Amino acid sequence: MSAALELLTGGEAVAHAMRQIDPDVVPVYPITPQTPIIQGFAKFVADGQAHGELVDVESEHSAMSAAIGSALAGARTMTATSSQGLALMAEVVYIAAAMRAPIVMALGNRALSGPINIHCDHSDSMLIRDSGVAQLFVENAQEAYDMTVLAPRLAERPDVLLPVLVCQDGFTITHSAEPVELLPDESVRRFVGDYAVPHAVLDVAAPATQGPFAMPDYYFELRRAQVAALEAALPAFDEVAFELTRLTGRPLAAVERYRVEGARTVVVALGSTAGTVKEGVDALRDAGEPVGLLRVVSFRPFPRAAVAEALGDADAVVVLDRADSPGGAPPLFAEVASVLYGSGVELRGHVYGLGGRELHPEDLPAIVSGRAPAYVGLRSEPCPA
Amino acid sequence: MGALRAWQELEPGGTVVRAEAERVRTGGWRTGLRPEAELARCVDCLLCWLYCPDSAVVLDGTTFAGFDLDVCKGCEICAEMCPTGAIEMVAE
Repeated sequence: MSAALELLTGGEAVAHAMRQIDPDVVPVYPITPQTPIIQGFAKFVADGQAHGELVDVESEHSAMSAAIGSALAGARTMTATSSQGLALMAEVVYIAAAMRAPIVMALGNRALSGPINIHCDHSDSMLIRDSGVAQLFVENAQEAYDMTVLAPRLAERPDVLLPVLVCQDGFTITHSAEPVELLPDESVRRFVGDYAVPHAVLDVAAPATQGPFAMPDYYFELRRAQVAALEAALPAFDEVAFELTRLTGRPLAAVERYRVEGARTVVVALGSTAGTVKEGVDALRDAGEPVGLLRVVSFRPFPRAAVAEALGDADAVVVLDRADSPGGAPPLFAEVASVLYGSGVELRGHVYGLGGRELHPEDLPAIVSGRAPAYVGLRSEPCPA
Repeated sequence: MGALRAWQELEPGGTVVRAEAERVRTGGWRTGLRPEAELARCVDCLLCWLYCPDSAVVLDGTTFAGFDLDVCKGCEICAEMCPTGAIEMVAE
């Protein structure tokens, strides 16, 4: 590719993607660590480099409510949030999915209160795990950019029509600068194309009722249709990602297999932690240990077949969750366990990194060998060397 | 309403297009009282039409022409709003 590299944080990279997509409406409320995204985009609007309506709403509940209205009215709509913002928005996120509003949202993953914290974990994403939205976890700023460019195409597919969340780890990605290659503005505009929803509210020639009441005679059917839409997002993601890869030259898939071939033990993780694990995998491979990483990019929809295929030949699988489920199985672990059920593959899981606690490449040998405690990184439970 | 449809046959989000919405008879939700108008006292101020939450007040141009009981839920707002007492709630 001919484009020059720019030094950008994940937040700035997403703001550039939004400038290039040039959405019609962006209702948004600031919250750390998402703020740089919308701050960057607001500057583009103020400078006349983006032309949409930036709506300064009074809360995230209102942000998502306005987003539904504009997306269904016939306007390409994007927003962004983090943590408590997503928690406040959660009620309306379910409705956005149910009303099949193709909203694209940048999420700067941040731990939910309490105690109040501003740093990364995935508890905010997991809060809305079952809302019916797509959640795509990126590893770095470049991928945050690429995925944001991809997201409108996925959200707006006629067989999908669902909100798509591009999830980037708060601070680790949102605030860390790295070289990022941007596509030419014109390429992005051509790639995303025009916005169209099946029954635009503002089409007065064809009036329709959006979001109708559904009693026991239709509620179940409408929920089933939502499941089908999110399932359709999996092959749709592959198709759109293939198309984007032809523009960027950078592979993008629902899962990333890193040195999985021949690996006896495979670690499974989401987000920026994959970068840390890759370093640890390289060190172990150098020492002759057959270890690999499976990075789940699309957590919702969960790519069951790809995960089963990547893990089926391993002796052991170790799942790293950056969110806990008190009293039950952590979310990524539960997902992988359901895929591996009956396979005979040994399965272990660890919770790490809550509230921004670091995971280090040096933690990996104990994680892979099974010597690490259930909670990796707690002071009282050190990883044995 | 026609036969209940399978999930594959539904519009995304359950969106209801107009022709279909017109077949929804919410008048069945009334609990025993319906509005009745005494036309001699009606001054065509159309406050009932303006306030009716279910578009159940029928007009002929700008003249009050009655109620569409297929969609009237019997909320009594029209009777409350009527300044001349022309609308009364009566037993079904």
